[in-house]
Amino acid sequence: MSDNHRFRALLGHRLFWPVAVLVVMLAANTAYRPGFLSIEVNNGHLYGTPIDILRLSAPLILVALGMTLVISTGGIDLSVGSICAISGAIACLYISKAPDQNDLGMVLTALAMALGVALVLGAWNGVLVSIIGIQPIIATLILMVAGRGLAQLVTAGQIITINSDPYRAIGLGHFLTLPLAIFIALGAALLVAAVTRRTALGMIIESVGGNREASRLAGIRSSRVVFLVYVVSAGCAAIAGFMMTANVSSADGNAAGLWVELDAILAVVIGGTSLAGGRFYLSGTILGALIIQTLTTSVYAMNISPQTALLFKAVVVIAVCLIQAPAFRAKFRRRRRGTPTRQPSPPQRQKEEVTA
Amino acid sequence: MTTGSLSGVPSWARLPRRHVPVLATLALLLVMYGIGVSQYRAFSNVQVVFNVFIDNGFLLVIAVGMTFVILTGGIDLSVGSVAAMTAMVSAWLLQSGLPALPVLVIALLIGPTLGFLMGCAIHFFDIQPFIVTLAGMFFARGMCTFISNASIPITDGFWTTMSQYRIGDPRGNFVSVSVLVAFAVVLVAAYVLAYTRLGRNVYAIGGNPQSALLMGLPLGRTRIAVYTISGLCAAIGGILLSFYTLSGAPLIGVGMELDVIAAVVIGGTVLTGGSGYVFGTVLGVLVLGVIQTLITFDGGLNSWWTKIVIGGLLFAFILLQRLIGIRYK
Repeated sequence: MSDNHRFRALLGHRLFWPVAVLVVMLAANTAYRPGFLSIEVNNGHLYGTPIDILRLSAPLILVALGMTLVISTGGIDLSVGSICAISGAIACLYISKAPDQNDLGMVLTALAMALGVALVLGAWNGVLVSIIGIQPIIATLILMVAGRGLAQLVTAGQIITINSDPYRAIGLGHFLTLPLAIFIALGAALLVAAVTRRTALGMIIESVGGNREASRLAGIRSSRVVFLVYVVSAGCAAIAGFMMTANVSSADGNAAGLWVELDAILAVVIGGTSLAGGRFYLSGTILGALIIQTLTTSVYAMNISPQTALLFKAVVVIAVCLIQAPAFRAKFRRRRRGTPTRQPSPPQRQKEEVTA
Repeated sequence: MTTGSLSGVPSWARLPRRHVPVLATLALLLVMYGIGVSQYRAFSNVQVVFNVFIDNGFLLVIAVGMTFVILTGGIDLSVGSVAAMTAMVSAWLLQSGLPALPVLVIALLIGPTLGFLMGCAIHFFDIQPFIVTLAGMFFARGMCTFISNASIPITDGFWTTMSQYRIGDPRGNFVSVSVLVAFAVVLVAAYVLAYTRLGRNVYAIGGNPQSALLMGLPLGRTRIAVYTISGLCAAIGGILLSFYTLSGAPLIGVGMELDVIAAVVIGGTVLTGGSGYVFGTVLGVLVLGVIQTLITFDGGLNSWWTKIVIGGLLFAFILLQRLIGIRYK
């Protein structure tokens, strides 16, 4: 009985299904390609598919962290992909104009400048949502559409190629035998986790997501919290944009960060955060990002075209969403056991598609 | 209801706020056209207007479907991919030697089927439309490349006839078959929304789902219906797209869903649902088309300015809707 109970508790844990999906994917990969999990040391650096997955998922983790906070306030940020493109374009443009592209100070100036612009764009989103009160999906749609144009305006429609070692290090550098990108993503995750979970801020964000008006009446400056999450999201997107452009040492206003907002939203949803807001799970989001990247990597490894990878993504998305949907679980449970010993928790009443 | 915004003072005087966005879009369209005519002599040519319709016929049909979905307060991100998949499947089936009629039927069935399934997932499992249709978008786009990585040309007689047939006046101006199809879809949609039970249910559910349910309106059936309609419109749009390009390309129409949403919003439909007209959507599509024409005529402006201008217009119209406060939460 106790074992059964513990098993059920495990099964009911919000991270159980994401972890299970990830494990199944890794196992399937290993079965298909036995060398999948092997890691080798080369030149003092660790190499191998698992390391690659971690490195490549770093930008997605960053974007998804910001997205988690935005979604937990009941919002959504569609503009992150455009912000990635803009910040990458600005940084690369500045570096490409510098006399010495390897000058560390100059690269840091470029990063600071691009980050500054991204934060301003985030503030624009924040003002639209928190002060003017526009629906988040629309407010950020503006920047999603116009931002691509802005990024192309910055690069004058060209692909800016740079040759800067310090900048490349953001994407491809190593630190303590592991790719630097992993540490940047991990650092950002720990920072966000510390700020939201070691202080009251996380709970404040959740309360604003649960009911903005009620939390305002309870003395929380709701508008300020909402404004802040969009700025943080834009900042995370900017750093992700640096990584993406550093990976290829070039900025393409058209392609950089394309569809990353959708991947980020998926990562957040897979991680168990509801799109209706009011709760967020950073660990789940990171797992979600890893699942998406593992899926992409394994589809590539099977020599399937990147576009067809979308087909697999669709299947995983639907599967995970169905498993997590309270209505689906309730139906499934009722069918399996005639009389449930423990009443399944009533389906959460979703807020009426405010986010949708 | 679509004609109500134009036909007379009484309805406009009774419900001024509901018509402000549509009238603002109309004014904007006229101003933009006026700018074009005053700047470029060739712009006053009637064929320029016809070309806007010819180039955007498929967009118009898809936007009409999206209007239904958005009126219920939902969203359909899959439309661009579904249109691409329809074109791709048609091209593939024609290439493999199937006659035109069965291909047309099969192609037109895919969209609504997918839409129906998505509607069911949204209604029965309470998953947000955003996520379900996102998965639908991934699925359809994945299917495109699954069929072929390269563009498939269409050489079928029916298709080439449809593509090249010109319906014109004696002075040489013409429209394509796609434009007529698009107009037919617009008229049917406008009728359905204004005068049928389904239309009334769509508005009611978009206005307040709880009240609609309490009134005994069929919430689930209507919601599933709008996603099916949107899928059907996307499929028709895909066919028109294949008439337009005479090929099926796996990457065609990437990002089209954003253009469509932008057109619907610029056309005055409120994204929380419950308020908007098909006529507004037509105007919204025309606004996008005229922007593109203006930028082409200018020659010095680059294509990315289109995106920046559309973004600016989206902002202006959303601000307008916000200021006049129609059903915005």
